[in-house]
Amino acid sequence: MSRLVDLFEYGLDAPICLTWELTYACNLSCVHCLSSSGRRDPRELTTEECKAVIDELERMQVFYVNIGGGEPTVRSDFWELVDYATSHHVGVKFSTNGVKITPEVAERLARNDYLDIQISLDGATPEVNDWVRGPGSYDTAIRAMENLQAAGMRNFKLSVVCTRQNIPQLDEFKAIADRYGAQLRLTRLRPSGRGADVWDELHPLPEQQRILYDWLVAHGDGVLTGDSFFHLSAFGQALPGLNLCGAGRVVCLIDPIGDVYACPFAIHEEFLAGNVRGEGGFQRVWQGSELFQRLRSPQSGGACSSCKFYDTCKGGCMAAKFFTGLPLDGPDPECVQGYGEELLAARDDDASHPRPGQDHSHRTIRYSKSGKVPVRLGTRPIDPAAALDIKPNLARISNGGMPVNDLQDDPLADFAPSRV
Amino acid sequence: MDLDRAWAVHPQVSIRPEPFGALVYHFGTRKLSFLKDRALLDVVQRLDEAPTARVACADAGVGEADLPRFAAALGALERSSMLVERAA
Ligand code: SF4
Ligand code: SF4
Repeated sequence: MSRLVDLFEYGLDAPICLTWELTYACNLSCVHCLSSSGRRDPRELTTEECKAVIDELERMQVFYVNIGGGEPTVRSDFWELVDYATSHHVGVKFSTNGVKITPEVAERLARNDYLDIQISLDGATPEVNDWVRGPGSYDTAIRAMENLQAAGMRNFKLSVVCTRQNIPQLDEFKAIADRYGAQLRLTRLRPSGRGADVWDELHPLPEQQRILYDWLVAHGDGVLTGDSFFHLSAFGQALPGLNLCGAGRVVCLIDPIGDVYACPFAIHEEFLAGNVRGEGGFQRVWQGSELFQRLRSPQSGGACSSCKFYDTCKGGCMAAKFFTGLPLDGPDPECVQGYGEELLAARDDDASHPRPGQDHSHRTIRYSKSGKVPVRLGTRPIDPAAALDIKPNLARISNGGMPVNDLQDDPLADFAPSRV
Repeated sequence: MDLDRAWAVHPQVSIRPEPFGALVYHFGTRKLSFLKDRALLDVVQRLDEAPTARVACADAGVGEADLPRFAAALGALERSSMLVERAA
């Protein structure tokens, strides 16, 4: 009998983990936003179009969607769409920076059994968090968690993107999650969207990858990872999860204007499969797109195929390779054997890297690749010790202290397969 | 799992047939499971109507020799609350 993961490589009739970004609008401007969000796109799907997509998902038996953005809750019809989905047998898990999670909203959310919430926080202290997510965003997230807890919402997720600056805070994140009755979820920083501009400065150092791996192994099932870190399996035992790149096979993204991409981390023409507004809707795209067919056919491991860890590592993340300008059939830029670094060092100029296909960043933001743009720090002073000796080359935001955008859900969203 | 009792798919469970078998999702526990072959899917789909699980297996053409394997799989589904006992 073949392994389940082998069957999945050929795709499914409908996705398991569908991410749906409802809007590119966001109150924040996180420097690493995977969807380069900020401003609303005028072509955004209307309420009626969104409901038609939900009807389709119900027909296709997509059990749940991971809703993100932008900040999905800033859409005026957000709660209406959530109610519509959950009353049509499509469960909702949504990611938010917490801006709209008032005590009243929290009460309402706690009553809906088909709903799951992820609060994004990328530092266990305001210094580390606000440095990437923007001034005030730490307090916003904490307040949201307090409100959820007070409303009796149990087991919501505290979602953290692992960076060079916050890897030393893993225990603190766990303590915060425990304090609010939340479950900790750690995901990988990928060089997608604005993340491409800050990846060099934010992605964990090689020795931190090892620390992270050991921490994940020690905490086992107690911590969710959305199957983000399968490239770290090459350190030893495989981490729990599917251990494959699910792009176009079990994962995909519907973006705010209805474009369907192979993965939320791959917003680029190269991975654009179609649009839900087209004839045949989402189902036609999922089942018929030529790109998806290609992704579902056997992939060559390229330079990785002779690696003894290929079976679990699979050469890592397609999007990470793509946006760092590495070949798709070779090692991941964060290959634990160091092959990715060698390739990165050998790359030509930055100019040759693919750029994200959409940019809805607030025009006031400036962000940089190392040293290219002068730095403006946020309103909150950065404690150099807490910022872990990282010299912020990240641009800061001059949007009147409004906090940040939300880093999106990982595609294989906490998928804990059990086989029967 | 007692094959001689009547069983049903939990009301909060949704089953999606796939080429390899099926995906099973429980909206209450948020757990996803896989039925790794079509024969097992066939049995599960017959449970609601059949007087006992044993009858559901027989109707699906499961032979004596295969029964223990199917009983084990159904047992796993019961433990994860995907299946519940019902009045016969
Ligand atoms: S995040 Fe990377 S590994 Fe995961 S599905 Fe997308 S491209 Fe594949
Ligand atoms: S060489 Fe390829 S398969 Fe081996 S550890 Fe590196 S990325 Fe993974």
